[in-house]
Amino acid sequence: MARFIIQRLMLLPLLMVIFSIMIFAIVQAPPGDFLTSYAATLASSGSSVSMEQLEALRQQYGLDQPIPVQYYRWMVSLLHGDLGLSLEYQRPNIELIGEQLWLTLALAVFSFVLTWLIAIPAGIYSATHQRSVLDYVLTVFNYVGVATPNFMLALVLMWVAFSYFDLSVTGLFSADMAGQPWSWAKFVDLLKHVWLPATVLAIAGTARLTRVMRANLLDELNKPYVMTARAKGMSEWRVVLRYPARLAFNPLVSTIGWYLPQLFSGSLIVATVMNLPNIGPLLLRALVNQDMYLAGAILLIYCFLTIVGTLLSDILLAVLDPRIRMGQ
Amino acid sequence: MSTPQTKPVDPIIETESLVEERISVASNWTLVWWRFRKHHLAMASAAILMALYAIVLCPDFFSTQDPEFTEARQAFIPVQGVNFFDEGRLDPWVPAIVGKRNPVTLRMEWRTDPSQKVRVGFFVPGTEYKVLGLFKSNLHLIGSRDQSQRIFLLGSDRLGRDQWSRIMHGTQTSMTIGLVAVTLSVILGIVLGGISGYFGGWIDQFIQRLIELLQSVPTIPVWLALSAALPREWTPIQVFFAITIILSLIGWTTLGREVRGHFLALREEDFVLAAELAGCSRARIILRHMVPTFLSHIIATSSLAIPAMIINETSLSFLGLGIRPPAISWGVLLQEAQNIQTLALAPWLLIPGLLVIVAVLAFNLVGDGLRDASDPYSK
Repeated sequence: MARFIIQRLMLLPLLMVIFSIMIFAIVQAPPGDFLTSYAATLASSGSSVSMEQLEALRQQYGLDQPIPVQYYRWMVSLLHGDLGLSLEYQRPNIELIGEQLWLTLALAVFSFVLTWLIAIPAGIYSATHQRSVLDYVLTVFNYVGVATPNFMLALVLMWVAFSYFDLSVTGLFSADMAGQPWSWAKFVDLLKHVWLPATVLAIAGTARLTRVMRANLLDELNKPYVMTARAKGMSEWRVVLRYPARLAFNPLVSTIGWYLPQLFSGSLIVATVMNLPNIGPLLLRALVNQDMYLAGAILLIYCFLTIVGTLLSDILLAVLDPRIRMGQ
Repeated sequence: MSTPQTKPVDPIIETESLVEERISVASNWTLVWWRFRKHHLAMASAAILMALYAIVLCPDFFSTQDPEFTEARQAFIPVQGVNFFDEGRLDPWVPAIVGKRNPVTLRMEWRTDPSQKVRVGFFVPGTEYKVLGLFKSNLHLIGSRDQSQRIFLLGSDRLGRDQWSRIMHGTQTSMTIGLVAVTLSVILGIVLGGISGYFGGWIDQFIQRLIELLQSVPTIPVWLALSAALPREWTPIQVFFAITIILSLIGWTTLGREVRGHFLALREEDFVLAAELAGCSRARIILRHMVPTFLSHIIATSSLAIPAMIINETSLSFLGLGIRPPAISWGVLLQEAQNIQTLALAPWLLIPGLLVIVAVLAFNLVGDGLRDASDPYSK
């Protein structure tokens, strides 16, 4: 087991190096650099910068160097724990990201827990009460849930809240709380706001998970051991929860690793629509403004989270299922 | 019982054996079709998809007017519902729109007035367009009989453009993107998965590692970054193809895995050995003997992949990084609904989203039906 984990951990730096090259290639790919778009923005607002000033700035940020040199510099500073300076905000990237990373993670974890709390009981109910009215309702709900784009759901909920309840549900904090330092009141305020984006994120995931749980459990329920358990006179609840539900659960655990990164990525669009303080909108802005070191740093974080997520699910699965452990 | 001994064969048994005979001589595809036909939801969804692709072929025929026609004085006109009967006779009409400026907000406020009727007709002449870029026509499926009178079947947007016509054109872009991106993924998946499964060895190892690498890429952020990297001055057509390529770059991996699995399983089969002994070339063995055995699975999997492509395209365009105006797609249309105040004023701007849901649902149901039908010998 330890060997298995160590093997996977050793692969992590290699993957990160490959991803960092890929990301750097992408973020510096657009024609021009931050300074050209900066100059364009200034020009459109009426003021202007001289060519000499631009050239000086370009030298200062190292944007005049060949690409491999730029990449090398970026990597060296990354290894020193320095994510670079945001060209647009003129602040260290680590500060900008750090403020929002925790909220991103909190939102993802919150909706993740919500998903599983709804999906597992719903899946078990659907499978044990196959072809009941509620099963059909859940099935329809699941199909529609999978078919609805996240941002669409967010829009509809925001619209309903705005025009029927006169609520503005954007952001994660009330206006007077946003700038305050952390306190109990601020945490309560966060809880008041986080449920809507979390629900939006959870609905698509719930739909998928319920379907998988239902199908897995139906497969298990037809097996002879379930009949044996019933024949022994076990109560129906115990029969279902004790054996088949646990077995049906296993394949789901293996998908946690894909699901978590999907949540981080998925929250990107929802966060943009709902104007949440999340690294998603930060990335979007950085990409549009060619703030390449900020965009690169955020993309690297996404990659890191994805790899760690996959690793976690592999380890979880190996812990749960001895057959996989032995196969290694 | 006194059944006459002379009766030749029980008619029920006879029809059963006839059915059996039909099944035993039917080709694989006929069997798939028979099974698929039993799936009523999937059949209904297939009909919806066909209707949507009819729109893709010629959106101008289905629109009532030019989708780019701008008239700022006719902004945010609400939906004018079609009534088919007038005083008991079949005579379709839509209520006219009357506008009044609100003295406080200074905004035009529109409402429908059923007492004034605008006659609409089917197959009426209107603006001229080209069918598939070949021949000219000015016939429209539905439109106002009086050509000077504009009708807004699904309302108008902030620039006074007709949403119905824009949705028709958006359908063309969005549905095509899904199809083209999946086709590209299928080609990549079959070629690379096939090479990987058929040859094995280090090529297999390399492609498998590549797939693993691509699958651990966080898709949405990387898609965003790639689309942001597209030059601003590209034409809509160039952007369209770039977006499809971006979508399929990651989409092929699941298919590639599946194809490889099929090849690995089939490589050892006797019929492949027989074909090899008969002197078939490798390409012929792969294309003529191996691919047809799992083609139905591939089709089912890819029809389940199209909805994801459509949702991704819509999301990218919605964020302003996919298809860009003046090109029209469902995502571009939904961009109009981004602002919550606008949405409260003109909720019909969300209608393109309904279409996204319908299309995705239909693809999912057809895909499920195909997947169940693709293995005609299973129970």
